[in-house]
Amino acid sequence: MYRYDEFDHDLVRERVAEFSDQVARRLSGELTEDQFKPLRLMNGVYLQLHAYMLRIAVPYGTLSSRQMRTLAHLARTYDRDYGHFTTRQNLQFHWTKLEEAPKMLAELADVEMHCIQTSGNCIRNVTADHFAGASADEIADPRPYAEILRQWSSLHPEFSLLPRKFKLAVIGAPKDRAAIQTHDIGLEVKRNDSGKLGFAVWVGGGQGRTPMIAKKVRDFLPESDLIAYMEAILRIYNLFGRRDNKFKARIKILVHEMGEEEVKAAIEKEFAAIDKTNMVLPRDAVERIERYFAPPPFDTRFNGAPAFDRARETDSEFASFVERNVHPHKMPGYAIATVSLKPIGGTPGDMTSAQMDAVAGIAEQYSFDEVRVSHEQNLVLPHVKLEDLPAVYARLRATGLATANFGLITDIICCPGLDYCSLANARSIPIAQRLSERFADPVRQSDIGELKIKISGCINACGHHHVGHIGILGVDRKGEEFYQITLGGSGDETCSIGEIVGKGFSSDGVIDAVETIVDTYLKLRESPRENFLSAYRRVGEEPFQEALYAHAA
Amino acid sequence: MSAKSKDSDLPLIATANDLRTGAVVYRSADGAWQRDIARAEIAEGKSAADDLLRRAEADLAVGVADLALIPIIREGAFLRPAALREIIRSTGPTIELPAWQPRA
Amino acid sequence: MAIFKGHAFVEDEWAVAAEGVPLPAGRAVVSKARFLAEQDTLSARNAPLGLILRSGETLDGLEDDLDRFQLIVLDIPKYTDGRSYSTARILRERYKYAGELRASGDVLRDQIMFLHRVGFDAFDVTHEGTIAALRDGKIKLVHKHYQAAAREDEEAAPGPRPWLRISPRGVPGDAHETGLDGGGI
Repeated sequence: MYRYDEFDHDLVRERVAEFSDQVARRLSGELTEDQFKPLRLMNGVYLQLHAYMLRIAVPYGTLSSRQMRTLAHLARTYDRDYGHFTTRQNLQFHWTKLEEAPKMLAELADVEMHCIQTSGNCIRNVTADHFAGASADEIADPRPYAEILRQWSSLHPEFSLLPRKFKLAVIGAPKDRAAIQTHDIGLEVKRNDSGKLGFAVWVGGGQGRTPMIAKKVRDFLPESDLIAYMEAILRIYNLFGRRDNKFKARIKILVHEMGEEEVKAAIEKEFAAIDKTNMVLPRDAVERIERYFAPPPFDTRFNGAPAFDRARETDSEFASFVERNVHPHKMPGYAIATVSLKPIGGTPGDMTSAQMDAVAGIAEQYSFDEVRVSHEQNLVLPHVKLEDLPAVYARLRATGLATANFGLITDIICCPGLDYCSLANARSIPIAQRLSERFADPVRQSDIGELKIKISGCINACGHHHVGHIGILGVDRKGEEFYQITLGGSGDETCSIGEIVGKGFSSDGVIDAVETIVDTYLKLRESPRENFLSAYRRVGEEPFQEALYAHAA
Repeated sequence: MSAKSKDSDLPLIATANDLRTGAVVYRSADGAWQRDIARAEIAEGKSAADDLLRRAEADLAVGVADLALIPIIREGAFLRPAALREIIRSTGPTIELPAWQPRA
Repeated sequence: MAIFKGHAFVEDEWAVAAEGVPLPAGRAVVSKARFLAEQDTLSARNAPLGLILRSGETLDGLEDDLDRFQLIVLDIPKYTDGRSYSTARILRERYKYAGELRASGDVLRDQIMFLHRVGFDAFDVTHEGTIAALRDGKIKLVHKHYQAAAREDEEAAPGPRPWLRISPRGVPGDAHETGLDGGGI
């Protein structure tokens, strides 16, 4: 993974000093809250219901064990002993004190971490496929490009006061595990017919009040043009994005209102006009970054994994874990293991400091010191030897992290909601917990198969409910919490926005409604191999509407 | 009758977050911002509310952030906020915070 | 009117012409609409001319005339409005505009380095705290950057990554160079 050199260290430390100064000027009253707010947002400090929240950037979701241990330390020292992993691969602390934030940032800087631009109307964390560098289906590792874009977008003088937030995601495989079509800019690393590296570029995706799927503006952008092309897109957005209405200020609205062809033409025109002399991304510069993401020293002698085979035969729970949470690795003898942060009845994405320390130790010993965070709020150990999986599983079990539910109905994606967030209209976590408990039976879960439930506590859609197979949106109806259900959303390469199924439900009603939807699916599926999303796309919403709303005579 | 429909007639208190710590605080009659909602100064009627707001706003420079007057409901000797959001602010998250302990 | 230019506050020698009244004598700043409507009369005028663009106004229609302005003012109504940062950069990089480029309006000290890097060289400041900080040389600007902008003539490219840049000491507003520490580094 990327390692800071002296320049990177200096840059982050300069910014920590600058933010400390800004905090001091706020606490002394020299800055009003209005003036200070955009400055603290640039450093990931939100004011929430109960306290400040600190959002720490985890660039393209990659962490070392040392970094994970620091997060554990911060949780213990400055927070309430836990942290929350988000749908943008970041970590949040929910009990931050403003007066302690500069100290936390300084400690993060020591382990090459920061909170720069995790909030505010600027370019946010560049996310990437959490299986990058490991998955068998990968064409090229997207993370070197994500790192290049992270640097380019950090404290960019021209693009730090955008109409609204701006999110990028990068993938390097045909399977989209980063939901790029729901991002402001989505990039797919690919090769052209001559084998040269480049990108397919999508613009204008987004969730929130007006969910939209991104439009492809370039089928092949040569690697060397990456920076210049990004500047062209951002400049068009900065100049012409709406600033009159917060809910119409994303680039997706600009694409919608200007028209896809017009926006494409504007971007290409700007790109042509940019003097590329200092914008070119030379191959050797990319190679230098690629070296940080070189494959770890895999053991290439694979003659079978007897301990793994034995455990799978004798330990049925280990066998379930392998079946659900373990994914093919490009290297024979290795596997990718998902660490579920969705224990039955738990808060999706939360992790105690003890658990963080445990995963740090496991990663250090068994995964070449690397952990990933997925946008579905789980962790990933990207490079585990099959032969080591039984030992890894045992340690995960001992720390409450071995729930074998990856992609199943209890692997729920859920924002913090009204329990924490000042933007929320309804609570989301209790809904997730009760759904998790309702469907806890592993046999039933297995029978249901892949079903992604995504829950947001308000229209801002941080729970990504628009791309849930079942999406749940919490609203405020006359002072009461109320929940709308959408069906058939998906964040992968077949991206679709969920369709509202009908009238909403109370907090009790929504649990039963989901069960009705699941039962309806089980009755109408062609076979157990037809998962919920496929069945929905075949039959549409009518059978589900009928089941939910038609009253018995 | 839902609290919402009579919100405009309900008594008000001033709440904010402590600037330094972010903690939820309520303004008491002596001008202090403190954490006990039971000790909040209650304003009945528009002119009392305007006066409370005026005094509370003076603390926005260095004391507190995100100031709001919120309606409260009296229940016997107790008072609680009318809105769910403010109930949650006064009592904390409605879920248990993660407290997983490693097995020995 | 406090204009911060170079390393000090200077008198504003320019007057913004109100719409619909004759131009003041001497240095006058006109709006885009007025310039386009009165181009011929203005070119006959002997005194230096300036242009003021409101946020949202583009350079469309002005591209061939930019060198007629000794001063271009970009108005920043609210400091969170970042449009003029793009306009400034286009002026400097694409059109090689060489006159004074002034940021006017809601300018705060926390944007000074960004404003400088996209090409502004003068700041019309009204915020008391910012005026004081500039005057007293209190602002510790950050100098290391992850991308090129409009200051390629002065920023060092330390390498090896080609996009890294370092601002020199003594950028306008920089704490070390505003003279109160007894002179020089």
